[in-house]
Amino acid sequence: MSIPSHSPASDVLALDVRGLSVEFPTCRGVLTALSDVSLTIKRGEILGIVGESGAGKSMTGMAVLGLLEPPGRIAAGEIRIGGKRTDNLSEAEMASICGSMVGAIFQDPLTSLNPLFSVGQQLVETVRLHSSRSRAEARDHAVALLKQVGIPGADERIDHYPHQFSGGMRQRVVIALALAGNPQLIIADEPTTALDVSIQAQITALLRRLCREHGTGVMLVTHDMGVIAETADRVAVMYAGRVIEIGPVEEVLSRPKHPYTRGLMGSIPALGARVERLAQIDGAMPRLNAIPTGCAFNPRCFDAGTRCREVRPVMVAEGHGSVACLVHDGGVL
Amino acid sequence: MRSTSNALEVDQLSRVFDVSAPWLNRMIDRKPKRYLRAVQDVTFVVETGKCLALVGESGCGKSTVARLVTGLYAPSEGAILFAPAVKGRGRGKPMEAQMIFQDPHASLNPRWRVGDIIAEPIREFGLRNGTEAIDTRVAELLRIVGLSPDDARRYPHEFSGGQRQRISIARALASEPEFLVCDEPTSALDVSVQAQILNLMRSLQDELGLTYLFISHNLAVVRHMADRIAVMYLGRIVEEADTEALFANPHHPYTQLLLQTIPDVAAPNRDRELMGGEPPSPLDPPTGCAFHPRCPMATDLCSKTAPEVRARKGGGVVACHLAPAV
Repeated sequence: MSIPSHSPASDVLALDVRGLSVEFPTCRGVLTALSDVSLTIKRGEILGIVGESGAGKSMTGMAVLGLLEPPGRIAAGEIRIGGKRTDNLSEAEMASICGSMVGAIFQDPLTSLNPLFSVGQQLVETVRLHSSRSRAEARDHAVALLKQVGIPGADERIDHYPHQFSGGMRQRVVIALALAGNPQLIIADEPTTALDVSIQAQITALLRRLCREHGTGVMLVTHDMGVIAETADRVAVMYAGRVIEIGPVEEVLSRPKHPYTRGLMGSIPALGARVERLAQIDGAMPRLNAIPTGCAFNPRCFDAGTRCREVRPVMVAEGHGSVACLVHDGGVL
Repeated sequence: MRSTSNALEVDQLSRVFDVSAPWLNRMIDRKPKRYLRAVQDVTFVVETGKCLALVGESGCGKSTVARLVTGLYAPSEGAILFAPAVKGRGRGKPMEAQMIFQDPHASLNPRWRVGDIIAEPIREFGLRNGTEAIDTRVAELLRIVGLSPDDARRYPHEFSGGQRQRISIARALASEPEFLVCDEPTSALDVSVQAQILNLMRSLQDELGLTYLFISHNLAVVRHMADRIAVMYLGRIVEEADTEALFANPHHPYTQLLLQTIPDVAAPNRDRELMGGEPPSPLDPPTGCAFHPRCPMATDLCSKTAPEVRARKGGGVVACHLAPAV
């Protein structure tokens, strides 16, 4: 059973997000959870999204999937998946393209699978929903998918229930489910966080291989820089609901341009050498209702000047990527 | 084996949990009782003022060891010996070890003010007399962990994860322990906050002469914090050595594979050799060496006989048939 491969024009982006803003109206005013987020993912490319809790990285994934919890809403901007605009679709229209255009992998594989149905039933249902296969063909396809994600004895295990799988195997099943509709884009939200390190390496390697084979774009949302370094092609760093730096993964991780990225990289204990003290960024990320004016990072930044408190930096091209920092855009004073 | 330079000596420690089904179900299904050997024959010492780290994957028994050491579980077999307290303490049984838990959201009572949370051990052990002395001590503890004395009036929900972990540390320090058991203290925190907490723990160790038993699954964090590392697999210590020696020259195949699989930001390895398989269930451990089903070098001997813990080339101990002889 071979998986049909996509062969559309290569210039169609798997994901194109422009100027996306997400707002949450509350009784104490409107909170801006995402502000002017722009990013693109090519077919077969893995874009890592990193940031700390509350930076808006999961929110970006949810907005793309059309899964924003009310009262959250897209206030501005455009989302295009495989060239098709999706941010203005109704819930029913979005549901019809979920799976065939965009798939999702979430952190906890146990909650993403229905415990009352066998893995096979769930896969067959998904495959049939997105193609005109008969039940028997869909089952063959489901077995092929399970083999692709490396589940040993797929012919037998297809009739097992989610609780009969271990954590790593369950996450493989979820990946098979995400691939079942042959989507152009997969949103993977902390796919390895709940797994042990040895299993984590297996899953990230699998994700990389599959997205290359299928030509699927992957948005890999994680807080783990190590996973990004080994999996992603490009990386976007988020802070307080904004993308502050984006570029090729080697460039961003080894020569970070934004002071926040530099601090973040310095605060990770390295395996190679032991240091007496880790570099630390004092303070914490601002709450959404108290984002400082100008650059959101200015109260914690060593390089901050007067302009940083007044002017909000925009993304400017620098090297092979771009960065939103006044140091690279006219100076801080 | 007692030595004055050791803060803690753990000898042949084992803990067995009874995980049998209820009595009636057992009678109906005619099933025997089932036992889970969470920790088996674990022996280690922690030198005063040093940090020993226990590393391993989920279910390897590292947190059970932490709970055994702090007395939250009673050992099934074996002995846990602390160095006799040097300082004179107040009334009540002196606390030998205090613990910092993983989840700062679950380990602080949400109904208590931070000041009361930190003052409780001080009152309980009578370490200070009078409200004023206790308040002064609470303020001092808050300042030590990098919070403001005014924070004593606030409730835990008003703090971020990192600040709550600071409160946990202040509470642990309130009973003036010399030994701290830290069970994954930073794994619920963001990296920049993790760096703040690790730096704080290091400087507290220097200032107060604390001894740490540090439990973590993150080898990079362990390398940063620990003087000595014990690697656990399925309830047993498979290799123990000084941090630098272990990283430079891992002898046990599990340690080698573990070191190969951690993603490293500084030197990403996209074509790494992947560790096959998954850790077996401690309810149904493999025969012989527990690691042999996943081990690339396993021989017949490994599947039949469990390896003895023996001296490791370059210091420390290792439990592997194939490890180089001293």
